[in-house]
Amino acid sequence: MSTYTPPLKDMQFVLRELAGIEHVAQLPGYEDAAPDLVEAILEEAGKFASGVLAPLNWSGDQEGARFHDKAVTTPAGFKEAFAQFAEAGWIGLSGDVEYGGQGLPKLVSAAVQEMWTASNMSFSLCPLLTLGATEALLLCGSAQQKTTYLPKLIAGKWTGTMNITEPQAGSDLAAIRTRAEPQGDGRYKIFGQKIFITYGEHDLADNIVHLVLARTSGAPEGVKGLSLFVVPKFMVNADGSLGARNDVCCVSIEHKLGIHASPTCVMAFGDDGGAVGELVGKENDGLKYMFIMMNAARFGVGIEGVALGECAYQLALAYAKDRVQGRDIAGSSDGVAIVHHPDVRRMLMLMKAQIEAMRALAYTVAAANDTAARHPDAAERKRSQAYVDLMIPVVKGWLTETGNELTHLGVQVHGGMGFVEETGAAQYLRDARIITIYEGTTGIQANDLIGRKIAREGGATVKAVIALMQRTEAELAQQAGPEFAAIKFALGKGITAVSEAVEYIVANYGNDIRTVSVGAVPFLKLMGIVSGGWQMARAALAAQAKISGGSHGDPFYPAKITTARFYADHLLATAPGLAQIVTHGGAGAMALDVSIL
Amino acid sequence: MKILVPIKRVVDYNVKVRVKADGTGVDLANVKMSMNPFDEIAIEEAVRLREAGIATEVIAVSCGLAACQETLRTAMAIGADRAILVESDVDLQPLAVAKLIKAVAAKEQPQMVIFGKQAIDDDANQTGQMFAALTGWPQATFASKVVVANGMATVTREIDGGAETLEFKLPVVVTTDLRLNEPRYATLPNIMKAKKKQLDTLKPADLGVDVTPRLTTLKVMDPPKRGAGVKVADVKELVAKLKNEAKVI
Repeated sequence: MSTYTPPLKDMQFVLRELAGIEHVAQLPGYEDAAPDLVEAILEEAGKFASGVLAPLNWSGDQEGARFHDKAVTTPAGFKEAFAQFAEAGWIGLSGDVEYGGQGLPKLVSAAVQEMWTASNMSFSLCPLLTLGATEALLLCGSAQQKTTYLPKLIAGKWTGTMNITEPQAGSDLAAIRTRAEPQGDGRYKIFGQKIFITYGEHDLADNIVHLVLARTSGAPEGVKGLSLFVVPKFMVNADGSLGARNDVCCVSIEHKLGIHASPTCVMAFGDDGGAVGELVGKENDGLKYMFIMMNAARFGVGIEGVALGECAYQLALAYAKDRVQGRDIAGSSDGVAIVHHPDVRRMLMLMKAQIEAMRALAYTVAAANDTAARHPDAAERKRSQAYVDLMIPVVKGWLTETGNELTHLGVQVHGGMGFVEETGAAQYLRDARIITIYEGTTGIQANDLIGRKIAREGGATVKAVIALMQRTEAELAQQAGPEFAAIKFALGKGITAVSEAVEYIVANYGNDIRTVSVGAVPFLKLMGIVSGGWQMARAALAAQAKISGGSHGDPFYPAKITTARFYADHLLATAPGLAQIVTHGGAGAMALDVSIL
Repeated sequence: MKILVPIKRVVDYNVKVRVKADGTGVDLANVKMSMNPFDEIAIEEAVRLREAGIATEVIAVSCGLAACQETLRTAMAIGADRAILVESDVDLQPLAVAKLIKAVAAKEQPQMVIFGKQAIDDDANQTGQMFAALTGWPQATFASKVVVANGMATVTREIDGGAETLEFKLPVVVTTDLRLNEPRYATLPNIMKAKKKQLDTLKPADLGVDVTPRLTTLKVMDPPKRGAGVKVADVKELVAKLKNEAKVI
């Protein structure tokens, strides 16, 4: 059965050598995030993840969340685990200090979130959504809303949700119909139906704080007429105690491909006279607030890609070392464990290399996010924010797509046993399938990347990133040996591929948006692979510096260089082909008439 | 009442240990280290006694390399109030540690010292007993239940035949067995507070203790590989083999 061992060594390496935890700990307000304290936090979070959450992953999947009489029962053990999780203070890790949080940087919460997701993705969604609601209220809520809700949410006494999607309004928020009618006392009555609401109803906490996108009467059409409301399951009295049941309820939960333990709810607002809600921020500014939170939400889903890849890898590796089948291809009389077969090894290396690349990319973006939020120099903040904005669709899109591929490989390494549920490999594959879809599909991410993040500014930020990549390429040239030569060669090709694709997009986006957009997802993949390769090259350089500085024969560092080389030969090598798709693939895709498809 | 809890930093229980090629010991290079699990139980018990209002202060103490500070921080994250490191690069053997703890106890005047019953690296199971002998305190080893009231400690201990319950006048030495409790997960606020708690560092010389090793390790090697089994025809043959070949009955 699946267990989870937190990859602390690689996490620490990325935090220290690539993401610069020491620099983050020097930013105002993040002084607590000193490397040794962060190490202790990761260590203890890892114990909790593997000791409490991982044992509930498989049973939670098999049992699933259950719906009856407008209530949802979570699988056995979830309630106790959530109480323990809240009690241990993990929900408040990045929460505002003023409301009981610990105020730690995004870089630390990214690493910790990876562990929650890897050990039990279904469970992890409840704190993740609560965090989203917390951030929304912190950014846009009134002083009273903050004092009413934030301490309870941060302490895990209550949980939060985001109510956005409606049956006719999925990727297109302009189609949202939920109405909000002012009551004259500053409050509103909310009417409408929301779907796909993660943890919209459950038995883990005393109250559920719904953040709801709705339209006030007379609001403009489209996305400009959306406002954000806070609608609690139970009304909150002035003294903070719980009052009457609000007119919001769960009417059913979905039967899904994966994340069975996470209730995905259909929510009905106002079936019995109207759900009482309060406006959050200003009327008609709902979409603006959504965009502020979207970076955080999309980043969080990107982390799910690394996390699921990691647990799929751990399971596949353990099986490959244990399962004896066939002889050594170069000749041996005895049977060998399948880990010795070259193709199985290739698959495991594909998993290992891409996990490490994804982790490095995600954590460095988290660090840039912290810099953008707290750096004393405005120019530095602006530069970091531009980098974050560019990379968010890459982190969301590439990490989730790659995470899916890795759970796929995890099943493949198991052979026939991977297709059997009891092995556990299939659960990761099923659970991962949603991550390329929710919080904006890969297609939405790719359109954001080539349109808003590249074409609109003539590729200025991406060209600055390319220049940084070239600097790493130059550093690689200073190193001796065939491994660094291979990494430099492949990274050079990758950078050229990205540059060509960017030139094409910038030149043609304005006059032929359809053709260019066909290449959006291939470009996102290209950008992901080359950015990951850039981070692996930096990792190889850092590992070499460790070896030169005397690493006492620690096998981690030579392995990092070899893994970077594998990544160069197997993944960066695909970059020119992807660039070819971006620059030439548009014509054929849109040419056929729909009737002949 | 103060409680002193000695803590040892050992190879993590998940690590498969490797013997050094030259047979001088276990390879510790690049190996994950953590708190001896029996000591975690000891800390947990002490913290529970403080939470119950019976103890007033829990002090964790570790003897060894500077890196033990990390292990002491873990103890403080579980709930120890402060910590003392007796720093030494010498390979500290049970008698040396018992003497160091005795010297620390002389300064701190605890009413109870809770040791792990043994450390999972050398499995010596000696330090608590040696400490008791050196101090003349009563000892309750392999404890599965500890109750303190009216200056007396009532300790249930695991023995070959089952369990026995003993009563002691304080101060007392307790060593923990697995059933005593299940250590908690450290909370995030406590992990962060642990960083700011007091951690004093002493040297064996400050305590006037000579820690020079008295035992010499001749050779460390892997246990012999288990040979293939044989099938026996009947119980008679099995008994004969156990008697004559294995010589166990």
